[in-house]
Amino acid sequence: MKIHEYQAKEMFAAYGLPVDRSIVCRSVEDAVKAYEQLDMQKVIVKAQVHTGGRGKAGGVKLANGEAELRRHAADILGMDIRGFIVDRILVGQAVNIDTEYYVSYVIDRSSKGIILMLSREGGMDIEEVARNTPAKIHKFAIDPSIGVPDYLAREAAFTLFDDIALVRKAAPVFQKLYKLFLANDASLAEINPLVISKEGEIMAIDAKMTFDDNALYRHPRIAALNEPTEEEKKEQNAKSKGFSFVHLGGEIGCMVNGAGLAMATMDMIKLYGGNPANFLDIGGSSNPTKVIEAMKLLLSDKNVKVVLINIFGGITRCDDVARGLLEAFRQIKTDTPIVIRLTGTNEKEGRTLLEGTHFHVAETMGEATEKAVRLSK
Amino acid sequence: MSILIDKNSRLIVQGITGRDGGFHASKMKAYGTNVVGGTSPGKGGELAEGIPVFNTARDAVRETAADTSVIFVPAPFAKDAMMEAADAGIKLIVCITEGIPTLDVVEAYSYIRRKGANLIGPNCPGLISPGKSLVGIMPSMIFRKGSTGVISRSGTLTYEVVYNLTEKGMGQSTAVGVGGDPVVGLYYRELLEMFENDPETDSIALIGEIGGDAEERAAEYIRDHVTKPVAVFIAGQQAPPGKQMGHAGAIISSGSGTAAEKIAAFEAVGVPVAREPSQIPDLLKGRR
Repeated sequence: MKIHEYQAKEMFAAYGLPVDRSIVCRSVEDAVKAYEQLDMQKVIVKAQVHTGGRGKAGGVKLANGEAELRRHAADILGMDIRGFIVDRILVGQAVNIDTEYYVSYVIDRSSKGIILMLSREGGMDIEEVARNTPAKIHKFAIDPSIGVPDYLAREAAFTLFDDIALVRKAAPVFQKLYKLFLANDASLAEINPLVISKEGEIMAIDAKMTFDDNALYRHPRIAALNEPTEEEKKEQNAKSKGFSFVHLGGEIGCMVNGAGLAMATMDMIKLYGGNPANFLDIGGSSNPTKVIEAMKLLLSDKNVKVVLINIFGGITRCDDVARGLLEAFRQIKTDTPIVIRLTGTNEKEGRTLLEGTHFHVAETMGEATEKAVRLSK
Repeated sequence: MSILIDKNSRLIVQGITGRDGGFHASKMKAYGTNVVGGTSPGKGGELAEGIPVFNTARDAVRETAADTSVIFVPAPFAKDAMMEAADAGIKLIVCITEGIPTLDVVEAYSYIRRKGANLIGPNCPGLISPGKSLVGIMPSMIFRKGSTGVISRSGTLTYEVVYNLTEKGMGQSTAVGVGGDPVVGLYYRELLEMFENDPETDSIALIGEIGGDAEERAAEYIRDHVTKPVAVFIAGQQAPPGKQMGHAGAIISSGSGTAAEKIAAFEAVGVPVAREPSQIPDLLKGRR
């Protein structure tokens, strides 16, 4: 789950991390008030959206004076940045930047732990730095049993600074950021850039945090900050019913048990010349209510011309799955053609039960996909 | 042989008095696995599915000499269960539970390694050495004893591939579902090494999916260290970037972790990649 920069900065401040002075605003009037409160000639105005690339999109502007602030605030509020409409801006202190750095903690799949990443190439797209000049990124694997002791924080700081005075300022920043990361089940805590100002102060002038969805149950205050998009709402609604759902936009609706098989089904549809409408994993059960809910979800998409149901009967036997499907379709009225492919335990019994119904029954994934693609044309 | 589990594995089921734990404990026992005990705090001394229940993993290990554990406890308690197993001296810990916070897994994994044990999962279907032992929730009836090793990040997709293998007369030495989370225990590299060294395994099916770069690293490992034929299927070619496809770990982030990159990595080292799961047996047969 993502949060906004201003929310991340509030968390930073609560953990004693140095941030620039800034005020979140929802209108031009708010922005003017914030400008007066900050009491500085130059301020920076930043769009608060759950996407990157806001600078390039014109969502970050320096304002010199109130008139310019009004103009930028009015321009940025309401702006569409990659499909996100800006409804909040952050008006903040324009820091006199001397040098910029990159700092983050992330979960690293390959070392199966948290790593601290640092670079002197601050303020840049870090993925680009990693691609083009990987030697400019320093990584430290964190042992969860000791965290980030002083020596490690210092060692990390020496990769960014040659001046011991700056090393001493930066090391506690890395320790506090780790505390914040750990205590809140973050999957990313990133400062890009961490700056040294012309006055010699260290400061996070941007803040990015994402959180582990699996851990939100123990962080209700973070969970409350969730702002799902319309599409995400649909996905979350599906999740609350025990499905995983992702909209894709094609004509063939898919209902599959298991995430891997569901992905493979989408891939097969494309391979056979069709277009999958969605990814839908209904999990492992033949419960008719679940099938009904899943069908409602699929049929609510007006682009869907055919539904492909691909079930591998493992612990749940195919004959039970077939009974569940028959029961479900007694309650669903639809003219949309349905292709069903049942394989696994008791598959013959399962397919026999479906014979003579309006379902198109298939034996293999290839046969089912081919049928579904043909029916979608 | 087979890898990780065989006839001699002595298994305890953590969370045996829960619905899933009890259900699968009886399935595993019926398959012939040595299910020597289970744990459920406060229910020590009882029987579940005819299997003795202990209050703690330590009691269970002391009384039964168990060396393997399978975990069915709910996500909020799974970290504790994994660490309890490691502390009790269990050598192979298989965690089925889905939805565990990643940092819990990070912490438990680090502890398990320090105790010299291995972890499989979490969010996995477990593993099976057909005809010998089943540890997890895999549908045993689709497996046959044989010599193809199977490694997979998925559940039902594994069954799909195994089903095709069995149909074509290719049984399995051991099939391992490594789990769909971003951080899990044993992975491609370790398992490829085990299969390479297992005299009963003569070929390997690897089933990957989008997210991370483990497949790319597996391809490098195969190039340098694996002499047995390997065939691969990668799920998620149609997955849009930034969306989690069911598994917490199946997500393409910032343009990396795509199926295309993974397929290219295997093809570059001469490992054939199936376009459909059903092609795996033929890809292996041609090269055994």
